[in-house]
Amino acid sequence: MLKIKSYVKVNSIAEAYELNQKKSACVLGGMIWLKMGNRNVSTAIDLSGLGLDTVQELEDEYVIGCMTTLHDLEINKSLDAFTQGALRESLRHIVGVQFRNCATVGGSIFGRYGFSDVLTLFLAMDTWVDLYQAGRVPLAEFVKMKKDRDILQAVIVKKTPLKTVYLSQRNTETDFPVLTCAVSLIGEQPRTVIGARPGCAMVVEDKEDFLYGFTEMSKKEKTEAARRFSEYAAANVPVGSNMRGSGEYRRLLTEVLTRRAWETLGGIEK
Amino acid sequence: MNLSFWLNGVYRHEEVEPDTMLLDFLREKGCYSVKCGCETSNCGLCTVLMDGKPVLSCSMLALRAEGKKIVTMEGMQKEAEEFGAFLADEGAEQCGFCNPGFIMNIFAMENELEDPTEEEIKEYLAGNLCRCSGFVGQTRSILKYLEYKKTKKREEAEE
Repeated sequence: MLKIKSYVKVNSIAEAYELNQKKSACVLGGMIWLKMGNRNVSTAIDLSGLGLDTVQELEDEYVIGCMTTLHDLEINKSLDAFTQGALRESLRHIVGVQFRNCATVGGSIFGRYGFSDVLTLFLAMDTWVDLYQAGRVPLAEFVKMKKDRDILQAVIVKKTPLKTVYLSQRNTETDFPVLTCAVSLIGEQPRTVIGARPGCAMVVEDKEDFLYGFTEMSKKEKTEAARRFSEYAAANVPVGSNMRGSGEYRRLLTEVLTRRAWETLGGIEK
Repeated sequence: MNLSFWLNGVYRHEEVEPDTMLLDFLREKGCYSVKCGCETSNCGLCTVLMDGKPVLSCSMLALRAEGKKIVTMEGMQKEAEEFGAFLADEGAEQCGFCNPGFIMNIFAMENELEDPTEEEIKEYLAGNLCRCSGFVGQTRSILKYLEYKKTKKREEAEE
């Protein structure tokens, strides 16, 4: 059960940061995950009065406030067009609209949850997190950082030309995913992200350059590159077992979803 | 702590503990339509509207309602009765426990989606679970209700 001794709706991030230095304090996101655990919180810090719940579109980037809800992201037309529907695809299977009206992007990213669809897709873009103390940090670095008492203010998505595809496998609609997969071309740079392994989402490095020059390949070459890279991903992505699926099942899914995603991105029709 | 908010159109000042969830608070205030189903944010039984958007009251601190407009089914009796007739006609009301949350989300969907397809309806209501039915009767009732509303709107515009 969640117990909260005091609740503060802060007037500034600085105030939130100061309050959050106490180990028993906690910054509130959407509270969906937080309220499911047993925890005694001395001070619940609410950022919802700071106007951090909007998506700002600037010339070269999107600035997504940490309190923006997942449903607001889902229905953002500009982000939907920028990601060719991949953002919406990554969000629409997360429980229901009411859930997504509560859950926030800041909570999803800062928590670095293994099951996160959100983290998987954002890792496949040129994404940065804006931390109050550490400043802007690439998301791919942030997921590897040790959790600290900093405060995530915003998620930044650079408008680097992007092609992306998102796929996930679920045992049943609205459940946590068994595996998530996002692939992208950030400019010409291929990137593959596998999440719900069930560990935290990770970028799969293409050390053998299977996907190098993907946009310039013929359809036959793209099919072959997708096949070879997906086999490589299945062999190299660490996966494990939990109540939703075995490690072996996840290994097979890694291969299938990676191949399908790259084929879709390459415009190969089956 | 002090909490000032609108509940079903009435501005209220209340006292609330920091860790009281909106669901418990609303039931304390007599809004018994708001049900506790799963407490894991999955079933949608506790759905209420906050500034017009559907939210899970089981997962939200009551204090987050500060300055907001909260609407439960008690505040939409007439509308609920109107839709409830369609639900009953299709034999879709079953045990009735999930109906209030389900109906509140249908009202939210009506506000958000214009002329939704069956697929869109199912996607929007994916977060409302019913353990009695297979959702077939419910889907039928929504489609008929939306068609009725559309016809009614058209007739009113023609008058």
